[in-house]
Amino acid sequence: MENHSPIQRLIARSEFGPLVLLVVEIAVFWGFNHDFLSPQNISNTLAFTVELGLIALAMTLLMTSGEFDLSVGSLFGFSPVLMWTLFNSGVTSLEMGFVIALVVAALIGLVNGWFVTQLKIPSFLVTLGMLLVVRGSALFITDGFPQRTWSAEGSWLAEALVGDFFIGPFRIYMSLFWFIAAAIALGYVLTQSRTGNWIQAAGGNPSAARARGVNVNRVKIGLFVLSSIMASLAGVISSLRTSAANPNSGTGYELEVIAMVVIGGTALTGGRGTIIGTVLGILILRVMRNGIVLIGVPGLAYNIFIGAIILGMMALHSWLERRHQAGT
Amino acid sequence: MAEPLIRMQNIRKSYGRVQALVDANFHVNEREIVGLLGDNGAGKSTLIKVLSGAVPLTSGDIFIRGKKVTLHSTSDAIAQGIETIYQDSALVTQLSIARNLFLGREPIKPPRFLNRMDQDAMNNVARDLLKQVGISKNIPPTTPIGSLSGGERQAVAIARAMHFDSDLIILDEPTNNLGVAETQGVLSFVRNARDSGHSCIFIAHNIHHVFQVVDRIVVMRRGKVVADDIDPKTTTVAEVERIITGMSDKEIRDAIADGKPSH
Repeated sequence: MENHSPIQRLIARSEFGPLVLLVVEIAVFWGFNHDFLSPQNISNTLAFTVELGLIALAMTLLMTSGEFDLSVGSLFGFSPVLMWTLFNSGVTSLEMGFVIALVVAALIGLVNGWFVTQLKIPSFLVTLGMLLVVRGSALFITDGFPQRTWSAEGSWLAEALVGDFFIGPFRIYMSLFWFIAAAIALGYVLTQSRTGNWIQAAGGNPSAARARGVNVNRVKIGLFVLSSIMASLAGVISSLRTSAANPNSGTGYELEVIAMVVIGGTALTGGRGTIIGTVLGILILRVMRNGIVLIGVPGLAYNIFIGAIILGMMALHSWLERRHQAGT
Repeated sequence: MAEPLIRMQNIRKSYGRVQALVDANFHVNEREIVGLLGDNGAGKSTLIKVLSGAVPLTSGDIFIRGKKVTLHSTSDAIAQGIETIYQDSALVTQLSIARNLFLGREPIKPPRFLNRMDQDAMNNVARDLLKQVGISKNIPPTTPIGSLSGGERQAVAIARAMHFDSDLIILDEPTNNLGVAETQGVLSFVRNARDSGHSCIFIAHNIHHVFQVVDRIVVMRRGKVVADDIDPKTTTVAEVERIITGMSDKEIRDAIADGKPSH
């Protein structure tokens, strides 16, 4: 097992399938339409990709610990609405509104975690309920109307989160660096840190982890908080970039994010997770959405392709898993 | 005689109106493998659960080296040096051997605030331990538990208990579902653990496995310890089976007294 060649080891990794799929996808779209790899298209695709990506990174850790969070899409909509409402009504500065939005998100994550770990209610039900509470709050606060967002220009917060500049022909937003930083930090936590070992054990065999003195509940609550904060941050970034704060934005994102995570090779049942895989999963789905529009497939057909990718990748992962279990 | 490693005295445990343990007395000496036998419902599992901190006792006392202890949880028991190995629940199949060995006690590389595991140290210790416990195959410590056989998993769990200085290792049905060669492997892991200074309680349905490895056999029936000093060298399997299924106290005494060496 130790003396396999580097290529064999690369192929044996669970990230190999997603990597191949991404390369094939890019090659096919580029073959149909060379504009697919134009600087403008790449810049546009990346801008929104990293916003969803921030949520997917946190979701990877949460799913590795054996839980998931359906309330992220609603927080993506709610947090910017809260921030802009506080700012527009003159209660706080924009920066203070941002901090309050993050604190509220953290509390929501805490409540999710508390219901799941203390009341032993499955995270599916807890976060489904929270989705409705949070989305309902966003709609109630705003009467269903988008918030005014025109006055963000020049704020240092906006500059730090979504300030843009050009590297050659590429238009880059600051959010790309936040995404890269988050991917490196969370990848480190999952694979190198002691916390990462606990996260995997919490999802793989919680009773064994508890018997070794690991505080499984604290690990899970921490990850619910992280998931909520990242969804909130992503919502604020998106709202600053597009100058919009719509109480309905983020609808359905929870499922897209979970799809990204499982396509990358993280197990829905917990115990096994990969940040590299999730980054690939994020790119696979976003490239697909962008590519099929560019090559002229009607946008309404998008979900057919996404669904097919999910099914195909799940089949691949389950086959690899069985081969792995058989010890070959 | 010296104070035993573990002494359980007048242990009672009732679940509602059901009396699972009725004044059970039980002890384990230092460097001793005790075989705990009894029919289904005899109270073996309950006794072990009490000793491993998994369930609270109704009344009675537990002493470790003469000192009275209270065990509120399994981590309490582990801290006191009592490690229980259940066949399937002890390890995380997705994690590697080394990561399982150190789960909850991972060594940290400086600087500490980075919270980074010292994976080289973990792998080195794991490699040594696997040798010490008696795994002859060359298994890299980074192998996930999921790709190990049942016997190898037992070995990892035993190695972990040995490394973290558990004085008492409780093995609940360690040879269930194992093949002949694997069973022999597990039995030799248990002997190695004893020879390096640990005591074991060995619970198995298969009396023949118990006879091969233990120093002393204890039999439980209807929540009581009915015989606690059976020498496997001078008693036959058939006699122990009769004790398990039920004889009067006098019959038991007679059976032990004129026990002949087993073949």
